[in-house]
Amino acid sequence: MVNAVARRSQWQRPLEAVFLPVAALLVALLIFGLFCALAGADPIAVYGSIYKAAFGRWSAWQNTLIRASPLMLTALCTALPARLGLVIIGNEGALVMGGLAATTVGLGLGTAVSPMVVKLAMMLAGMAAGGLWIMLAGALRHYRGVNETISSLLLNYIAIALLNHLVEGPMRDASFVTKPSSAQLDPAILLGTIPGTRVHVGLIYGLIVCLLAYILIQRTTFGFAARTAGGNIRAARIAGLPVGKLTLAVCFLGGSAAGLAGMVEVAAVQKRINESLVSNYGYAGILVAFVSRHNPLATVLVAILLGGILASGGILQRAHDLPDATVLVFQGIVFLCVLFSDSFYGKLPWFQEQVEV
Amino acid sequence: MAAESLGWWGVPLGILAGTLRGSAPFLFVSLGECITEKSGKINLGLEGTLLMGAMSAYGVSYLTQDVVGAFWAPWLGVLAAGIAGMLLGAIHGWLSQQPRVNDVATGIAMIILGSGLAFFLGKPFIQPQAPQLFTFDWGSWSSTPQLQAALKVSPLFLLGVAIAPLLQWFFRATRWGLYVRAVGDSPQAALAMGISIFKVRMASIMAGSFLAGIGGACLSLYYPGVWTERISSGQGLMAVALVIFARWNPIQCLWASMLFGGAQAIGPAFQSVGVDSYYYLFNAAPYILTLVIMIVTCSPQQTLAGSPGALGKEDV
Repeated sequence: MVNAVARRSQWQRPLEAVFLPVAALLVALLIFGLFCALAGADPIAVYGSIYKAAFGRWSAWQNTLIRASPLMLTALCTALPARLGLVIIGNEGALVMGGLAATTVGLGLGTAVSPMVVKLAMMLAGMAAGGLWIMLAGALRHYRGVNETISSLLLNYIAIALLNHLVEGPMRDASFVTKPSSAQLDPAILLGTIPGTRVHVGLIYGLIVCLLAYILIQRTTFGFAARTAGGNIRAARIAGLPVGKLTLAVCFLGGSAAGLAGMVEVAAVQKRINESLVSNYGYAGILVAFVSRHNPLATVLVAILLGGILASGGILQRAHDLPDATVLVFQGIVFLCVLFSDSFYGKLPWFQEQVEV
Repeated sequence: MAAESLGWWGVPLGILAGTLRGSAPFLFVSLGECITEKSGKINLGLEGTLLMGAMSAYGVSYLTQDVVGAFWAPWLGVLAAGIAGMLLGAIHGWLSQQPRVNDVATGIAMIILGSGLAFFLGKPFIQPQAPQLFTFDWGSWSSTPQLQAALKVSPLFLLGVAIAPLLQWFFRATRWGLYVRAVGDSPQAALAMGISIFKVRMASIMAGSFLAGIGGACLSLYYPGVWTERISSGQGLMAVALVIFARWNPIQCLWASMLFGGAQAIGPAFQSVGVDSYYYLFNAAPYILTLVIMIVTCSPQQTLAGSPGALGKEDV
């Protein structure tokens, strides 16, 4: 009997963690359908369009995956520090700093050395810049008690201002007139696509980094220490854990993932740096992190889902005459529903251990 | 041109003008956030509230101008902005008080939802010109056009200036003010007094969001006086930092807002005299200022003086 209870509780917990977000998503779809109906569109047709534009055909899948790869990376910028109990929302800033550093290195090295080395250098520069940017927020938190949410938010604005300053001034390529931008990166040092697809290799980076992050958090001593400190910081201190070092390291890792996303966006999509780099991948990453409950593996799935939603923005406008902000409304509804579903953990009797009398 | 004839005087004048014009949205959102945080909850979603307020104010002003005339239409807009803000506040107030729901995360979700709704519903209002609020032209004695423009003061700004001391009095001297402070400082004691924590926080968040909505109306009906999707430069987000800077004191919110309004005008003021090589870095001044202030005033050992005791803590 005891054995049966134990076995049941083993799969009940994970089942609850899957059931609640899925239920939240369905409720969100329902509310969004109501919203579309109020706006004069046929909800069923809208669902159909979103599905077709996101996952309907292979080419739609490719669009979705292209959008999902930066989201996986920026989500880690919130998800990793969250395991330590920190709410970091500086994803956009870290992405911008990563893109800036990668572009600077890419333009500086050019084709002086082998493209392989340049790409690696760009990657490392992007990760270092993004990592240090978020580590600053972590350091301010640890050493000065500055709220990390607010400071990382302010750092977003400062990074974007820095980007605008650099592309309007020192880095500006005068021959490119469409909008103030840097010079174009040499085609040899751009990231290629996965063979047989239009999807750039950034997707592979995203998958690898998410897997590494999962192993780091769930399977290593370091991750265990971070989770312990996140659970109870005083207990962690008493246990002798180096809370300060953990804070800095985890923030650096989170920021470097977002920095890598910036490098990928520059080297695979934009090809030069300008204000288009600020395209809400950072803020959408926060959403991905919370919906996946800060689990790096779930992040991959949620990023693909949100990538699909983002990819369907155009068709909503063309086929249903809905403004492009519809996608934003949908994201907001999903986010709120998922947050609300959090309050049901441990409350639904079906998922609880049955105590035999 | 005219700006050159003023020479370098254009810079302080531009900053003065920016302070009078640009501080009104800061003032309303920071007072709103102040009420919210006094009750022990954080509302990071005021950015969405601000955008929703700006859109509602502009839309209502545009749609009602033929019915009530160009004088009253913007005032209806201001009211609509407040109500729209209050509705968003009700969502935040309810959701952020559910068990295990983080109020910071709820705030981020509300930013996405609020801005999404504002852009969605505001699409038809991007082109047309809505009637604007009247201004007090206190600069008409001067023959300098820049000074005249700088001293066009909005009644909304004056309203905000009046609300600040009123709020101070409300918290210090009234029974309801005491309730809010009790819930924010010591929920257990409030509970023992028989006060409903849920209701007080709900009311505080809704009242705060009402003010933040009006802050949005300042943007779309006074300065810059248009509705676009880029109308806010993060005033709603900075409200949280501003309230920390003002130590949860409404009067100090007033000074802080004026400081931020002025800081925001540094970039454009220098641009007006031909110095524009650091335009974007000057534009980052309010954010850098906030960060520096927080670094200087925060301490890892103790919470800030004036901070509500239950702020950011788990619900009882």
